[in-house]
Amino acid sequence: MGILKRIFAGSHAAVQQLPAGTVTVDRQGNIVTSTVSAAYPGNLLHSLGRDVLELFREARTAQMPLSEVSLHFGSLRITARELRGGAIIFLFPQTALFSTPTPARP
Amino acid sequence: MENRHKILILDDDSDWLALCRELLEALPSRPEVFTANNAKRALALLETEKVRLLISDLKMPRIDGLQMLSIVRRRFPELRTVVLSGLEDEEYRSRAYALGVDLFWLKPEMQRNSKLFTECLESLLGHADRDADAGFRGIQSKSLMDIIQMECLSRTSTALRITRGPLVAKLWIHEGELIDAECEGARGEVAFQRLLAWKTGTFENLPAEPNRERTINKPVNALLLESAQTLDEAAQPSTEPESLESALHRKTMWKLAQLTREGAEFVVAAPMGTADDPEALGTQNVAALAQWAQRATEIARRLSDRLEAGPLSHIAGQGVERQVVMLARTNRAFLVGWPAESTENLPEKSRKLVASWES
Repeated sequence: MGILKRIFAGSHAAVQQLPAGTVTVDRQGNIVTSTVSAAYPGNLLHSLGRDVLELFREARTAQMPLSEVSLHFGSLRITARELRGGAIIFLFPQTALFSTPTPARP
Repeated sequence: MENRHKILILDDDSDWLALCRELLEALPSRPEVFTANNAKRALALLETEKVRLLISDLKMPRIDGLQMLSIVRRRFPELRTVVLSGLEDEEYRSRAYALGVDLFWLKPEMQRNSKLFTECLESLLGHADRDADAGFRGIQSKSLMDIIQMECLSRTSTALRITRGPLVAKLWIHEGELIDAECEGARGEVAFQRLLAWKTGTFENLPAEPNRERTINKPVNALLLESAQTLDEAAQPSTEPESLESALHRKTMWKLAQLTREGAEFVVAAPMGTADDPEALGTQNVAALAQWAQRATEIARRLSDRLEAGPLSHIAGQGVERQVVMLARTNRAFLVGWPAESTENLPEKSRKLVASWES
C-alpha cells in the first residue's frame, strides 16, 4: 500500500471532466441558466460565454453576421446560437460514451 | 534489465487487462507491463514511470479513451500510443488518428491476428538501446514506391489506404499483384499515377478484398518505372523559365477553378503570427474576414486550453446569407464561404479545397 500511495499521491494527475449540457448567457456574458454539472468550474463557463459572444460580435463587425457558430474540438463540440439578448450554448463531449446530437435548426 | 521498455495498458475490463498483460510480457523484448483500469490511474502512472507505449481502450467510464489520448498527446508528446477498441465505427478510427495515435486495432482483429499485432508493437517500441525515435515511424521516410514494392514482393493480399490530409487514396493488392487503385476521383492506372505524385502521407493496411474488380493489368514494376520517368521529367528545370507574373497568374487561375468547381463563394487565407498580407479569392472584404478568422482562431485555441477540449478541428458558422467554415493551420487560418443553402459535408469539402490550395 505504501508504494501505491506514493504513486497516486500529489496533484499531477488531476483531470478535468468535459462540460456537458446547455448554458444561456445574457448580452454581457453572465450565465442566466445552466444544465452543466454544478461541479464544473463556473469561471470557465463564464469565460466561454464571453468568448462566444465575442465571436458573434466580431462576425458582425466583419459584415458576416452569423446566427450560429459551432466549434469542433477533438473531444468537445460547442454549438452557440445567438439570441436577442445573449446566446444559448450547447456543449457536447465528443467521446465514445456520449451521443452527439445536432440541434434542429429553428 | 534497465533498458526494458515500459508499456501501459488502459482498459476498464480487468479480464482483458490480464489477457493483454500475458500477451505483452511474452514479447521478445520482454517489456515491463503496467495496467490501469481508469484514465486517472493511467495518468498517475505516466507521471511516475517512463512509459514508452500506451495501449488504450476507447469506451471507458468518466474519462474515455479519446479524451485521454488528447491529454497524453499534450502532456507526453514522446509517448507512443495504440488504440485497442471494440468500436468498429470508422469515425472512431479517424478521430483516433486525428489525435495522433500510432496504431488503431480492433479487439476482435487483434485476437484473430495476435502475432501481427505483437510484431507491430515490437516495431513501435523500437530498440531500447537506440534513440527514442527509432522504429515504426521510420517507415514514413520510405517513399510510396518503396512501400508498394515491399507489399508486392511479399506476395500478400491487402488493401492499402493512403491518407494525405483530407485526401484519401486506396490500392488493392492481390497475391503481390496490383489490381486496382482509387485516387482523387480517378480509378485504375490514372489513379495510381496521381497517387505516386504524393510526396507525403500515412498509410494503413486494411483487410484484403479478393473479389475486387481488376482495373490494372500492367505489372506493378512497369507502372512504377513509368511513374518514376514522368516524375523525373517533371522535376527537370525548363529550358525557358516561366516569368514570375505568368506563374502567379496561372496559380491564381488554378485556385479560382478549384473554388468554382467545389461551389464555394470565397476563400480567405489569414496569416497567423506574421505581418504578411492575407490572401483571398472571391471576396472584396478581405481584411475584415481575415481579422475574424485570426480572432476566431485565438479564441478557439484559448478555449481548447481552458476546457481541455483537444485540438481544434474546425469552426462552422451559419448566417442568413451564407455558411462559413474556418480551418486553422500552423501559420494560416483559412475561412471558406459557402452558399447558405448548401447541405453537403462542408467541413470535408473545405478541407479538400484548402489542401489543394496549399499544395
